[in-house]
Amino acid sequence: MECVFGLVGNDFAVVAADTSAVHSILVHKSNEDKIMILDSHKLIAASGESGDRVQFTEYIQKNVALYQFRNGIPLTTAAAANFTRGELATALRKNPYFVNILLAGYDKETGPSLYYIDYIATLHKVDKGAFGYGSYFSLAMMDRHYHSGMTVEEAIELVDKCIVEIRSRLVVAPPNFVIKIVDKEGAREYAWRESVKDAAVASA
Amino acid sequence: MSIFEYNGSALVAMVGKNCFAIASDRRLGVQLQTIATDFQRISKIHDRVFLGLSGLATDAQTLYQRLVFRHKLYQLREERDMKPETFANLVSAILYEKRFGPYFCQPVIAGLGDEDKPFICTMDSIGAKELAKDFVVAGTASESLYGACESMFKQDMEPEELFETVSQALLSSVDRDCLSGWGGHVYVVTPTEVKERILKGRMD
Repeated sequence: MECVFGLVGNDFAVVAADTSAVHSILVHKSNEDKIMILDSHKLIAASGESGDRVQFTEYIQKNVALYQFRNGIPLTTAAAANFTRGELATALRKNPYFVNILLAGYDKETGPSLYYIDYIATLHKVDKGAFGYGSYFSLAMMDRHYHSGMTVEEAIELVDKCIVEIRSRLVVAPPNFVIKIVDKEGAREYAWRESVKDAAVASA
Repeated sequence: MSIFEYNGSALVAMVGKNCFAIASDRRLGVQLQTIATDFQRISKIHDRVFLGLSGLATDAQTLYQRLVFRHKLYQLREERDMKPETFANLVSAILYEKRFGPYFCQPVIAGLGDEDKPFICTMDSIGAKELAKDFVVAGTASESLYGACESMFKQDMEPEELFETVSQALLSSVDRDCLSGWGGHVYVVTPTEVKERILKGRMD
């Protein structure tokens, strides 16, 4: 089951997602990156039906880029979150996207922020959020250990604690996770936490 | 589980002497899981009209955006704010437009009309208005709220006493409902000022 979670620290926001692509009982791959870099200072961590996930997040990414081309300035995180919610809400009663999203971003004026957007287009700005069966464990860990203004080291320690809980307590726990961070330097990959590596492709 | 009970909510509005109070709980949940404890259910349309939306959060957000849009257009055309009775009619019309595919919300409208006379009303998800002279309730805790308000309500309460009554009625009702609670948000509106207060109740 797909696990996505994230939190806001002191001048940064961090999101983590599992990296397994699963269809029924088969694991297609275990290094699927579910956190898209939306633009220089935004990350979109998505979970849900895989076709919808890729299509919808790419659609949002291209529209955010279009706004920047047309207007010469990038969208704020709040604006991008509201745009995403609007697209999900419009599609909801026609052809819904089954994608849950955590949108993390950094704005120069307002600092880091994290938006919880579920598949029926409920939008809420949060300090910590999570989706999937893993949320029962990661939200509980974050409720216990989170405080506002955490440093990067403290936040990654908390993310690791959540990953340990998910691995040990979730019956179909995903083995690998990717962690991405966004701060005033921009959005980038922070680390992978792998306990199972895909076999290398055999050479011909 | 009913779609109206997906996110959980509690709303109450009460009439006092030349004033009114509108109060809501603060929980945003997804069925049994709590996502946030600072969700805003009540919004100001203008200084003398407040709108509370219970039910499905995504529809509450969509409906709120549509209503603010319509009110802004009204302000541009009429060069004045909408009366609460007029606003209630607008909400009712917008809800009935979607008669065969409704918004899953139950609104509570509260405002000061002509000569500062307080006005409250609620309606069902397809816009059937229910005007009341004393109090109106909505949400998953509505049955408890009916009982609490009926027993605690008195005619012509001053703003301070009205605040106490509304707060006690709200907190005692949401304590009997697992889907609403995590504090309260109370607005007491008189012709001269709007007092917004946060209540701390049982945080569970």
